[in-house]
Amino acid sequence: MKRQGPCECQDQDRNGFENLFMPLHEKRDLQSTGLRSGNIWIFLLGFAFLGASLFLAGCQRQKGGLTVAGSTSVEPFAEVLAEDYMEHHGKEKIFIQGGGSSAGIQAVRTGAAHVGMSSRLLTPQEQDLLAFPIAYDAIAVIVHPANPLRNLTLDQIRKIFSGQVRRWEEVGGKNAAITLVSREEGSGTREAFQHLLMGKSEISLRALVQDSNGAIRQVVSDDPNSIGYISLGLVNEKVKAVGIEGVEATIENIRLKTYKVVRPFLFVFKSEPQDTAKRFLDFVLSETGQKLLVQEGLVSVLPPSPPKHGGKPKGNV
Amino acid sequence: MSKEKFLEKGFLLIALSSISILALIAFFIFVEGVPLIWKVGVRTFLLGERWFPSQGSFGIFPMIMGSFLVTIGALIVGVPLGVGCAIFLCELTPRPLAAAVRPMIQLLAAIPSVIFGFWGLMVLVPMIRTYLGGPGLSVLAGSLVLGIMILPTIISISEDSLRALPRTFKEGALSLGATHWQTIWRILLPAARSGIVASVILGMGRAIGETMAMIMILGNAVQMPHSLLDSTRTLTTNIGIEMGYATGDHRQALFATGVILFFIIMALNSLALIFSRKGRG
Repeated sequence: MKRQGPCECQDQDRNGFENLFMPLHEKRDLQSTGLRSGNIWIFLLGFAFLGASLFLAGCQRQKGGLTVAGSTSVEPFAEVLAEDYMEHHGKEKIFIQGGGSSAGIQAVRTGAAHVGMSSRLLTPQEQDLLAFPIAYDAIAVIVHPANPLRNLTLDQIRKIFSGQVRRWEEVGGKNAAITLVSREEGSGTREAFQHLLMGKSEISLRALVQDSNGAIRQVVSDDPNSIGYISLGLVNEKVKAVGIEGVEATIENIRLKTYKVVRPFLFVFKSEPQDTAKRFLDFVLSETGQKLLVQEGLVSVLPPSPPKHGGKPKGNV
Repeated sequence: MSKEKFLEKGFLLIALSSISILALIAFFIFVEGVPLIWKVGVRTFLLGERWFPSQGSFGIFPMIMGSFLVTIGALIVGVPLGVGCAIFLCELTPRPLAAAVRPMIQLLAAIPSVIFGFWGLMVLVPMIRTYLGGPGLSVLAGSLVLGIMILPTIISISEDSLRALPRTFKEGALSLGATHWQTIWRILLPAARSGIVASVILGMGRAIGETMAMIMILGNAVQMPHSLLDSTRTLTTNIGIEMGYATGDHRQALFATGVILFFIIMALNSLALIFSRKGRG
């Protein structure tokens, strides 16, 4: 049998590039040394090794902690809650992961996570799981702060996002083309936007697609001609939320139910929560927990505090 | 078993395990993706222009075109620069300077793609938006960044193939009275053609496969771009941007996108192989 030493393969005769690929004659050599002489066990051993390593990797789950996974819209709020919770419950650990509403719900079902975060209602197929609303979030339609537009009608929003209206002057804005910014298919925010605002109209395929609230905010804050939608809690001074049908997107209007583009944030469990999961949920639904969420721009699930004399414009929960 | 034999088996085992990983990945992608392609119909999947997975529309034609357009754009930027740079390093510059420039090119290859993407997003995109119009997140920005990203591949492989030419080619041409430029253009480049073409094809493979930077600067709209300033989506970014939330058919559709990508990359690599063989004669 002809041996192919390592030095012989590197014959730099004309073209150094050939070394990147295994020359044909060497391939033949490999076949004859290995498989022909019946060394299937080597092959099997390789597979067994691979299988074992995959198995071990799969087994590594975080122990001694509560895993909360799901919607990237809920994630930042859950992190705030978890941080506060862990401060007061020294030993317990809570791990917050993103991944998306559907992935979070799936993770709860398979047991990969103890708590799922969802920014949409459960679908009929998911009704076997337990869901607790932890807060309400509004979706704000945002534009660049320099955009003079203050208000859009529902019809205008539909026409803009479905691509029928392509220029700002058609809705009373400046003379420029509209840059649409949307979320990707499957996102809870997109689903809620579609469901709450678009109705049967489709979001235009011409829309730019970004894969997080933050990325949309970034694009909209950079581009004076753009329009997008994000969680009201994440609106900051770099973008401007426009009113819808004359109603401004404020916490007050959400509570008065005049601003209607609102969706629930859910915690999803496989079965009745226990131990850490139960304590965490109780904390989230307590006044302290809800207060944290309100500070972050969400709307509490608790009924507004009883005596409401119109004294303070923004009463705490 | 002699030591020689033992080592031989050991290396064989290592080689086979890496091949079996490739096989497992391919197997998994096909098992997940192919059923959806059948369900939707090969034609509808490949040539459909509507991508609304939540409503059961799976057409990836705009993304196939997006991938090709951005890749061609990258080649238009990268090939002249890359081959030019290879000629410069090989023929037109003193050895010490070439020795200083080469590590820098290798460094370019070592920059993570997210850095390229970030730079594109923060520097190129606003420039394009301000001076050329449109959203800035565009085919143009993507092509420019990708063109730079494939430079190291093209430069190093082209340079290798130029260096591997026998000295006699150059000496012969010069002694016949050809100028240096004539020698490069008429003799050296044609002689190294197969290696250069292969470098371009490998660069193309890199360009088609790039994901992170493209998610950041292409804008990801599912549309056939009508101009260089339009946004588009490639096959890889389709997977990258939607995998977080995809379940059921949607998730399978992303694997199916991977299947198509797999075929494209395989075709490109086979082309590269064929060209490199041709050079050997």
